[in-house]
Amino acid sequence: MGLSDLFSASVLIGIATSGIRLATSYLYAAIGETFSQRSGVLNLGVDGIMLLGAFGSYYVVLTTGSQGLALAAALLIGMILGLFMAFVSVTLKAEQGISGIGLYLFGFGMSDLLYQKLVGTPRPIAGFPKLPIPLLSDIPVIGPILFQHNLLTYGAFLLVPVAAFILNKTTLGLQIRAVGQNPEAADSLGISVTRIRYMTVIAGSTLAGIAGASLSIALLNIFQQNLTNGQGFIAVALVYFGAWRPTGVLAGALLYGLIAALVLAGNTLGLIPRSVSDIAAMMPAIITILALVVTVSRVREPAALTKPYGRGE
Amino acid sequence: MKKFHIGILLAFAIALALVACGGSGGAATEAAAQPFRVAIVSPSASNDLAFSQSMFDAVKAIQAEEGEANFEVAITDNTFVVEDAAAAIRDYASQGYDLVIAHGSQYGGSLQEIAPDFPETAFAWGTAGDTFGLDNVYAYEAASDEGGYVMGVMAGALTQSNTIGVVGPIEVGDAKLYVDGFVLGVAAQNPDASVNVNYIGSFSDVALASEAAQAQQAAGADMMTGTAQMVVGAIGVANENGILWFGTQANQTSLAPDIVVASQVYHWEVILREIISNVRAGKLGGESYKIGLANGGEVIEFNDGYALPADVLTLGNETIDGIKNGTITYTLP
Repeated sequence: MGLSDLFSASVLIGIATSGIRLATSYLYAAIGETFSQRSGVLNLGVDGIMLLGAFGSYYVVLTTGSQGLALAAALLIGMILGLFMAFVSVTLKAEQGISGIGLYLFGFGMSDLLYQKLVGTPRPIAGFPKLPIPLLSDIPVIGPILFQHNLLTYGAFLLVPVAAFILNKTTLGLQIRAVGQNPEAADSLGISVTRIRYMTVIAGSTLAGIAGASLSIALLNIFQQNLTNGQGFIAVALVYFGAWRPTGVLAGALLYGLIAALVLAGNTLGLIPRSVSDIAAMMPAIITILALVVTVSRVREPAALTKPYGRGE
Repeated sequence: MKKFHIGILLAFAIALALVACGGSGGAATEAAAQPFRVAIVSPSASNDLAFSQSMFDAVKAIQAEEGEANFEVAITDNTFVVEDAAAAIRDYASQGYDLVIAHGSQYGGSLQEIAPDFPETAFAWGTAGDTFGLDNVYAYEAASDEGGYVMGVMAGALTQSNTIGVVGPIEVGDAKLYVDGFVLGVAAQNPDASVNVNYIGSFSDVALASEAAQAQQAAGADMMTGTAQMVVGAIGVANENGILWFGTQANQTSLAPDIVVASQVYHWEVILREIISNVRAGKLGGESYKIGLANGGEVIEFNDGYALPADVLTLGNETIDGIKNGTITYTLP
């Protein structure tokens, strides 16, 4: 196979489509984390929440066959874990990095334990089917890339403008940003720092739960130990990459997904020598980190990120 | 600051308790008089339909033959962190288990340190060919290239598009042998067919394995195979697109009953029986074992639910026999 194979229309369309699918779970998790961090709370437990959301929704489909109920389960699991994280990091003012890692370990262990006890061996399920959008999906090139996905993939991309609107154009968004930038000033203006942070952490965790579900009941339709394979941590990095803006996160998730898809296509077509394929497999992470270092200035980091707030402290 | 500590401790206590629970699957069985005690430490889940399960099933099979009263089994699975595995191996050895199976080539370095500390305990390590010159370590491996070759021959015969896809983890050990054998089998049967081999760089990334299979499909593959526990992602894609799948390490028919042609299944019990009788006779190690088609340690299990054309079935069986009796030979790269 030669380089020309890579540039055939079907392969390029395949890479782009694959990149979009790969970006789905990162988008939910990273947009959720953006809300949390904009209000000043670093939630490192994303991956654990994703794992429990993935298992919970998988198990509901396995037992009831209902994708809708399963999605609701993922939402609920995310909310409960978000409430827990908010309680520990906002009310108890625990060090956020440590409590987040604790939450991750909890989600990792619990999802595996439940999977072993309730399911055991890998069993495929019928998840959200592909939902080609009438007319739009027939457009050459763009149709197959953008409009032949499952419901949760569309949702992930629609989430970006919604999140950007909430953060930039609404009073709530202004309050979130104020709390993350200068909680003392926000507090003196009558904004409840605690209330806002509970809201953003719970919302972020809920989205992390959906991120997990997008893997187990939409894209992969199976559960296995550590299904997310650390995606939640990459999502946290994507928030930094995206400079705490939903559109920046979108760019990061797409970059990551497209590079991963490009490497897979290159390996498949034999364009990447076998001897370096293991190194090539790390390229998405390496390029994302390099881009992070080169492009992002730390100035935009919410000033109160990772700092618990208490009056008069 | 007191609250702060309570919060952390609470989170950690729960998390650690659960990680610990999640880590150890099975339980030891009670026995009356001096049962033979075997412990397995494995990197993935004992029911992963792949590497770990193959050993777990083998030990369970021997337990069924000997009776639970005479044969005690303990298992610590999911120890993908080598340090955790090393702790478990040492723990079992110090509890006086007769045979401790370190089921992961990555555990070799740890075993080399641990085994000399327990000269009365027999260890088995695989997949590997090296006993480190220690007389209480057995090494075991699978000639997974043999089953791979058989699968390759059948895939070469069945393919219409003359494009066959492989989704592999990292190019080492068991996975490399299987894939190399598969590629040779395809070439022997159908020189016009091309095999696209994609090592995705991970044993556990299901999402990446799924996308790798999508890339194989985009490249025109109508036959696929793959190895390691992340292939469940690839099998899902194959199933969705009606691409035939050849399984290995365990019978993968249940994952996609319509498209799995056959699976290479490991029966480690063939060599475990020998190791165990050696241990009972007082010989604690120093030998290497290999399972293959000839000694019954590897078995090709066809999927009855898939209507394999009779001539390809015959071809598959002839290839199996040829490898067994030595009339089919090949040179691995």
